[in-house]
Amino acid sequence: MTTIQEVPQGRLKSPFYPRQAELDRLNRWHEWKGYSSADGFYDTTLEYFAIRNSTGVFDLTPMTKYRITGPDSLDFIDRLVTRDMRKIKPGRVAYAVWCNDEGQVIDDGTIFHLQQGEYRLCSQERHMAWLTAAAIGMDVSIVDETHDIAALAVQGPTSYSVMKNLGLDGIGNLKPFGLTNFDFEGTDLMVSRTGFTGDLGYELWLPAAKAEALWDALFEAGKLHGIMAIGTEALEQSRIEAGFIAAYVDFLPADVTVRSGRSRSPFELGLEWLVDFKKSNFNGRRALAKEKRQGSTWRLVKLDIEGNKPAHHSYIFAKSGGRRKNIGFTTSATWSPVCKQNIAIGTVRTPHGNVGDKLFVEIYYQREMHWSRVMAEATVVDKPFWNPPRRRATPPGPF
Amino acid sequence: MNDRYDAIVVGAGHNGLVCASLLAKAGRKVLVLEAKDQVGGAAITRTFADGYSVSACAHLLYQLQPQVRKDLGLKFDVSSDQMGTIALSPDGNHVRYNGNEVSGTSDEDAASYKDFYRRMTRFADLLQTYLNKIPPRLAKDASLSDLLTLAQLGLDVRRLGKVEMQEFLRLIGINIFDELVERFESGLLKGALSLDAVLGTHLGPRSPNTILTYLYRLAGSHGAISAPAGGMSAVSEALAHSARDNGATIRTAMPVKRIIIENGRAAGVETENGELFSSWLVVSNADPKTTIMRLVSARNVETGFTRRVQNIRMRGNAAKVHLAMDGLPHIKGIEKREYGERFVVAPDENYVERAFNAAKYGETSTKPVFEITFPSFRDSSLAPTGKHVMSAIVQYAPYELREGWSDSTRQAFLDLAIDTLGEYMPDLKQRISAAEMLTPADIEKEFLITGGHWHHGELSLDQFLFTRPVGGAAQYAMPLDGLYLCGAGAHPGGGVSGAAGRNAARAILKREQAA
Repeated sequence: MTTIQEVPQGRLKSPFYPRQAELDRLNRWHEWKGYSSADGFYDTTLEYFAIRNSTGVFDLTPMTKYRITGPDSLDFIDRLVTRDMRKIKPGRVAYAVWCNDEGQVIDDGTIFHLQQGEYRLCSQERHMAWLTAAAIGMDVSIVDETHDIAALAVQGPTSYSVMKNLGLDGIGNLKPFGLTNFDFEGTDLMVSRTGFTGDLGYELWLPAAKAEALWDALFEAGKLHGIMAIGTEALEQSRIEAGFIAAYVDFLPADVTVRSGRSRSPFELGLEWLVDFKKSNFNGRRALAKEKRQGSTWRLVKLDIEGNKPAHHSYIFAKSGGRRKNIGFTTSATWSPVCKQNIAIGTVRTPHGNVGDKLFVEIYYQREMHWSRVMAEATVVDKPFWNPPRRRATPPGPF
Repeated sequence: MNDRYDAIVVGAGHNGLVCASLLAKAGRKVLVLEAKDQVGGAAITRTFADGYSVSACAHLLYQLQPQVRKDLGLKFDVSSDQMGTIALSPDGNHVRYNGNEVSGTSDEDAASYKDFYRRMTRFADLLQTYLNKIPPRLAKDASLSDLLTLAQLGLDVRRLGKVEMQEFLRLIGINIFDELVERFESGLLKGALSLDAVLGTHLGPRSPNTILTYLYRLAGSHGAISAPAGGMSAVSEALAHSARDNGATIRTAMPVKRIIIENGRAAGVETENGELFSSWLVVSNADPKTTIMRLVSARNVETGFTRRVQNIRMRGNAAKVHLAMDGLPHIKGIEKREYGERFVVAPDENYVERAFNAAKYGETSTKPVFEITFPSFRDSSLAPTGKHVMSAIVQYAPYELREGWSDSTRQAFLDLAIDTLGEYMPDLKQRISAAEMLTPADIEKEFLITGGHWHHGELSLDQFLFTRPVGGAAQYAMPLDGLYLCGAGAHPGGGVSGAAGRNAARAILKREQAA
């Protein structure tokens, strides 16, 4: 008789969950790809300031992780994504996007060149079906190791000191987008200088069985450096400051859109720098070459907005011929405490949205039940709102 | 690279030759590279036993498009024309049909057959118009001519008249079994027509869209069957002559190793012996899977496209039997003069469906169906004087045989086939001096067709017209600049029709004009 293996039902708990539960005061969790993920633990504002002033620790375990190996692994990855993966040597990490045949972005993520011919691809969404299709005709193995690998993002100005205290010798030499391996209690601990906050920071990856031990050692190492567990709300605020885009927020993965024109190309997401027409064939190349010739429909903009009311779900207008014309909408918005700016990421129709353009966002806000509206001026900027020198300094400073 | 050509055609199958000839006729410098020693692909005559030759894969001509003959001024001799069909019964009470005439059935069946034939040929004529057109694009970037073709299709269906249009729309997607049992009582007639609908497919008479496959068979000559003198090579040689006359170069024994892709476009081909030929236009007569997965490689095309190509259903199910005989076998109730006809073994519609049942589960039919000809009867060039050859298609022999195809599984099916034929031809075994069977695995190997499916992809509604071979590549142009498909895998499909080759040439010339 065939026995049917019991499958987990409800939400999965991260291997860090026992430790997180001890710290949790808010009891606010949401679902992320089958896992419970905390909105916050104590106070989301405090958590945000941990990222910018000391060290915040975010549980990355639900992040999709695929191990890609085999003789054709480089060919496979190079065809998958738009940037030239031949330039990414072992020990380096690349931010990349991958597109469908029509050159529309399916997702973005980071690709870790673990060692010669061995890669880990990380993304917010799951992509086994697409990767399996991309592997047709290639000698490559794709293993989902999402549940096997526990991961933490350790982000903030004191994170380097915390890493040193953790006993990671030589971590000071690790450059941004570099990765290196350490021994942690007899297992392999991979550390990459990557993150989603636009600040100095690291991501730690190790087998799930050692998750609690790592958490304990990390918090011990960071106790004099203001280490604090953080949830998604604080991370979200910092990622907008860093100007990073998120799937399902600033763009929809092309494989889930139904209506035409609802997906985006890399050009339309401000990721032209990731598209390399000089490399060998990659998925979406034909369509993207055509778009480059003919022009894009949409453009992603970063907006510096007057006032202090976050421009959530706002229409964006441009003045043309004395009239305001609706040209797009915001997708992410927040007040940035560290920049003291009212910032947003949005999508506008080309040719609008050139750097320096003065646009308007229509902000609705509620005061004692009554709704009010302001038309706030917004300036298109090109640089990330938050991009401190410490993010790149090697070795980083001991804050 | 050495020689530069305006176009390189990979494979000298009949469609490749049609395409090459038309391109050369339009003034292009064309090179045709054929892997085998002889041109024709699956439309060839070859020796299978000392002194005995036979059309090795396709053996009857019923779909060669009049447009192809006309465009190329094609001339070849036929040994048999207007061949009738005889549905065999062991007791000698056979059913014979040719055109709209049927005998050996009740008068009701005969009358009903006339009506059936009239309607089917009318629909086949409608279909035939579109077999010879470049299928329109349905995408948002469809051109005006795409929209006009589409509108014309709608109009043509409407112009059948209300009743006939309803019949057309009712029938086009359904199975032939239901239609046959509603119309006829004769098992032999229903069995034979079932076989006509499913020959060469992975379909049984109860499978959807077997009316479509039946219409496909009738499109072109209303089912009139002929056999070229000297076998199928006669057609291929005539096509090769036409191509050469128009200025094309044909080189045989030159298997292509890969299609060279440079900067996202076809740039030429490399042969197995390392020779390079450059051209900005490469036209593949190979099947879509071979073309994309092997000659181009997945690395050079898009993932979604690769997935669609990978998923093309093309598992052959028909085996070919060739027998060398020291005389014609005796068949009860058949006169000597009738041996030039086409015989079928398909006693009734359920027999055919049961034969297909086995194939669903990866097994060969225990009671197979046959299409049989004795080509040497009217063509003495195929066998020594007084001797004869039999060429038969036997179904079902699934490509993905559960046990796997080997010498022993092939031999077992050949023995079964001969035993089954023995029920109709008692002295057959004594007459056989040599026998050969080509399973789909052998057809794949010998004719370089993935899955051994002679249509280069199942002929079904989801792989038809706008979606043949796959959506987004149905106008012969592959999603790589300069790469085209001209074989049976492209619209409209297989059979020695030349339609795919002709349409491809027209699509190429039209695109060049537009560029």
